[in-house]
Amino acid sequence: MTEEPPGAWDTVEDAMTVDDPGGRPGSGPRPLKRTRVRATSRDLERYAGLFAARTQNMRSSAMRDLMALTQRPDVISLAGGLPDTSLFPAEELAKHLSVMAAEGSARALQYAPTEGLAEVKQAIREVLQAEGDDADPDDVLVTTGGQQVIDLVCKTLVDPGDVVVAEAPTYPGAVPAFAAYEADVVQVAMDSDGLRVDVLEETLEGLAAEGRSPKFIYTIPNFQNPAGVTLSLPRRERLVAIARERELLILEDNPYGLLRFEGVPLPTLRSLDGGEFVISLGTFSKILSPGLRLGWAVAPRPVLAKMNIGKAASDLNSSSLTQLFAATFFRDGDWRGHVARQCDLYRRRRDVMLEALQEHLPSEATWTRPEGGLFVWVTLPDGLDTTDLLAKALSRNVAFVPGRAAYLDGRGGTSLRLNFSGVGEEEIREGVRRIGVVVAEQVELLDRLTGGPPARPAAAAPAPAPDAELADVFELPRRERAGPPRGSSGTA
Amino acid sequence: MSVVAVLKGGRSLERQVSLQSGARVEDALERLGHEVVGIDVGHDLVRRLREIAPDVAFVALHGRDGEDGTVQELLEVVGIPYTGSGVRACVRASDKVLAKHEMLAAQIPTPDFLSFNETAFKELGAADALGAIEERLGFPLVVKPADQGSALGIKFAGGEADVPAALVAAFSYSSKVLLERHVDGQDLAVSILDGAALPVVEAVPADGLRYDFAARYTIGGTRLICPAELPDAVTARAQELALATHDVLGCRGFSRVDLMRDQATGELFVLEANAIPGLTDTSLLPQAADAAGIGFDELVGRILALAG
Repeated sequence: MTEEPPGAWDTVEDAMTVDDPGGRPGSGPRPLKRTRVRATSRDLERYAGLFAARTQNMRSSAMRDLMALTQRPDVISLAGGLPDTSLFPAEELAKHLSVMAAEGSARALQYAPTEGLAEVKQAIREVLQAEGDDADPDDVLVTTGGQQVIDLVCKTLVDPGDVVVAEAPTYPGAVPAFAAYEADVVQVAMDSDGLRVDVLEETLEGLAAEGRSPKFIYTIPNFQNPAGVTLSLPRRERLVAIARERELLILEDNPYGLLRFEGVPLPTLRSLDGGEFVISLGTFSKILSPGLRLGWAVAPRPVLAKMNIGKAASDLNSSSLTQLFAATFFRDGDWRGHVARQCDLYRRRRDVMLEALQEHLPSEATWTRPEGGLFVWVTLPDGLDTTDLLAKALSRNVAFVPGRAAYLDGRGGTSLRLNFSGVGEEEIREGVRRIGVVVAEQVELLDRLTGGPPARPAAAAPAPAPDAELADVFELPRRERAGPPRGSSGTA
Repeated sequence: MSVVAVLKGGRSLERQVSLQSGARVEDALERLGHEVVGIDVGHDLVRRLREIAPDVAFVALHGRDGEDGTVQELLEVVGIPYTGSGVRACVRASDKVLAKHEMLAAQIPTPDFLSFNETAFKELGAADALGAIEERLGFPLVVKPADQGSALGIKFAGGEADVPAALVAAFSYSSKVLLERHVDGQDLAVSILDGAALPVVEAVPADGLRYDFAARYTIGGTRLICPAELPDAVTARAQELALATHDVLGCRGFSRVDLMRDQATGELFVLEANAIPGLTDTSLLPQAADAAGIGFDELVGRILALAG
C-alpha cells in the first residue's frame, strides 16, 4: 500500500480549494472547517464562492496534466480512442455535403426538433437493424454524440448518492459524468467473457441488504472500453433477466458493435430484452465520424420523454447540419462499405499490436485479445504502477492510458489501455517496442529490489489481501511461462 | 515599459501548470504596461530569444529544464537578464539531495534521509542494504525522485513490503531517489519575496479524505489556510528557516520553501525549496503574497524588478 505523503505541493495545486471565503458566509455548502475574513479579494475566491457543491467532484488532476503531454507531436500516442478518419475520402465528403446543401440548405442551417430529424432516424434504424435490433423512430432520441446519452441518463435518473453499477474497469470518459451527478459508482469485476454477472448478483444482494438499489447498470457489452472484452451470450441473457427480475435499467453503451473483425455477432441487450429495461446508446462516431458529434438513445418512452426535456435544456437540438449530412450519406453513400474498410484496417492493426506485445512485453504481462473495437487492455506484473510508468514512457515519446483512469477507487494501477485504431502499423510496432523497453527496465529493477522473480513476496505469500482483491477484479487467461506465476491479475 | 519574454510550457511533466502560470503572468505584465511575448519553450528557444531580443525574460517554467538551471544557463549565454534564481541556485534547489546537504551544512533541520541512484541497485547490489537503510530511517518513510519538481512519483512506505514498488515508482521520474523519514504533522509552505518571508500557508487534507493517490489523481483533496493558524513563535521560526534556506541555496528574488511541523514534538523541518514556485490562480506564492496585501500584478512587477 503506497500513498501520497504530505509535502506534495505543485501538481495538486489545481486540485486545491482555498479555505478563505472572503467574508462571504452565505456562499454555499462548502465543507469548510474554518473561515476567516480577509481584507482583499482574489480572483479565485470571487468565483469559487459561487461554485455549486458538486463541482467539488469536477476537478482537474495530475493525471489529466500528464495526459495532456501525450498530445505532443513527437509522441507516438497509443492513448487515444480515435477512429481513422483519413479513410473517408475528401471527394466523398465534398460530394455528400454539396448534395445536402442543394437539397436543403435552409433546413441544415435551421434549428431542428429536440428529438432529431426524421431522416437521420432512418439512418439510425439501419444501424440498429444491422445489429439485429430495431426501433420505432418515436423511441429514438438523436443526441450530440454518445457521450450526451450518458449525461442525459444520469440527469434523468441519478440523485446525489444514488448507486450506479459500472464495469471494472469502465469507460474513463463516463467517470466525469457520474461524478458530476454525484453518483455512488460501484464497479463490478469482469473477465474475458465480460461483466461477471455472478459477481453482479452478489453486489446487488449486498446493496439490497443495505436497503439500496442501483438506478442503472452501465455496460459496454461489445469490445469493451477499456478492456476490449465482449459479454458472452449466456451472460447477456442472464443480465437482461436480472434487470427484469429486479426492475433495474441497463444502459447498454454500444459504440463499436459493428466494428467486429472476427467471430459471431451477438444480439444486443436491447433486442434480448425487447426494450423494456434497456436504454441503448449508439453513435456515428466510430462507424462514420466523431467530428459529426452525433449519437442516439433508444429508451422506454417515459425515460425518453424525460431525457428529451433534459436535452432541450442542454442544447435544444443536435446539429441540424451534421444530422442532414449523416442522412444524406446513409441514403446515397455506401456506409456498410465504409464500416467494412475500417474493420479491415483495424483488424490488421490489432494483429500488429498483439504480435508486438508478444514480442516486447515480459512473459508475466497479460493482455486481452479483442474480436473488434479499438482497444487492448494490458496488465503488468504486480509492483509496477502504470501512472508512474507513463512518465517514463513519455520520456521515450510513447503514451498510453494508465489503468487508474478506468476505476473510481484507485484500482487499476498495474493495467494500461492501448489503442490500435488511430495509429499506423509501423507506429504501433515502435510504440509497443518502446513500452516494452520501459517495462523491462522496471521489471529488472523490481527483481533486484525483491531478490528476483522466484522469491518475489507477491508470489510467495499465500494470497495477501490486496492482491487477492485485485485478482478478483480481472480474470484473464494467462500466457504459459516457465516458473511460478507472479503478479496479481491471474485467477489467484 | 520594457519588452518582456515570458518563458512557459516546455517538455517537463509540469507543462500544464507552467502554461497556466505563464498565461497569468502575461496578463499581469500587459496590465503593467509592458510589451509581452509568450514563448512556449522548445527547439527554437535560443533563436526566438535572439529575434525578439527582450529586455528581460520572465521564467514561468516549472520542473525539468526550466527550474533546474538549464534554461538559465542559456539565458546567461544569450545575455538576457531573467527573473528568479540563477544557475547555481536552480541546480541546487532542483536536486532535493543537494539541497538537503546544503541545509545540513547550514544547520537547517531537515528530515533524515538517504539517497541512491539507479546504478546502486542495478550494479552495486544496494538491494542487499535495504534492511539497513530501513532500520536507519524507520517507518513510515517517504520515497521521492530527487529532481522531480512535482508530487508525481512521491510514495509513502508504511512498511518493508512497500519499499520496492515505491522505489520503482520514484525511479520512473529520476535516476536518483531520496528516502526520507516521514514527519507526521502539519504541511506548511513559506514563500520568500525580495528578502522577506510572506505569511505561512498550511495545506490540510479535505474532510474525510486521506492524502492518498485518489486525492492526488481523481478529486482535489486539499484545503489551503492562509495565513496558517500557528502560534506566533512557530510562524516566526518557520519564516526564519525558510529565509535561511532561500539564502543558503543562493536563491534570487523569490522562492517557496516547504516545511513540516512535527505533530508530536512541534519541531519544524525543511523538506525542500522551489526556485520557481507556481504562479497559477491557486498557487501558494500568489496567495501568500495576497495575504500580505500584495496583489498579483504587484507581485509580478516586483519579481520583474528583481531580475538580473
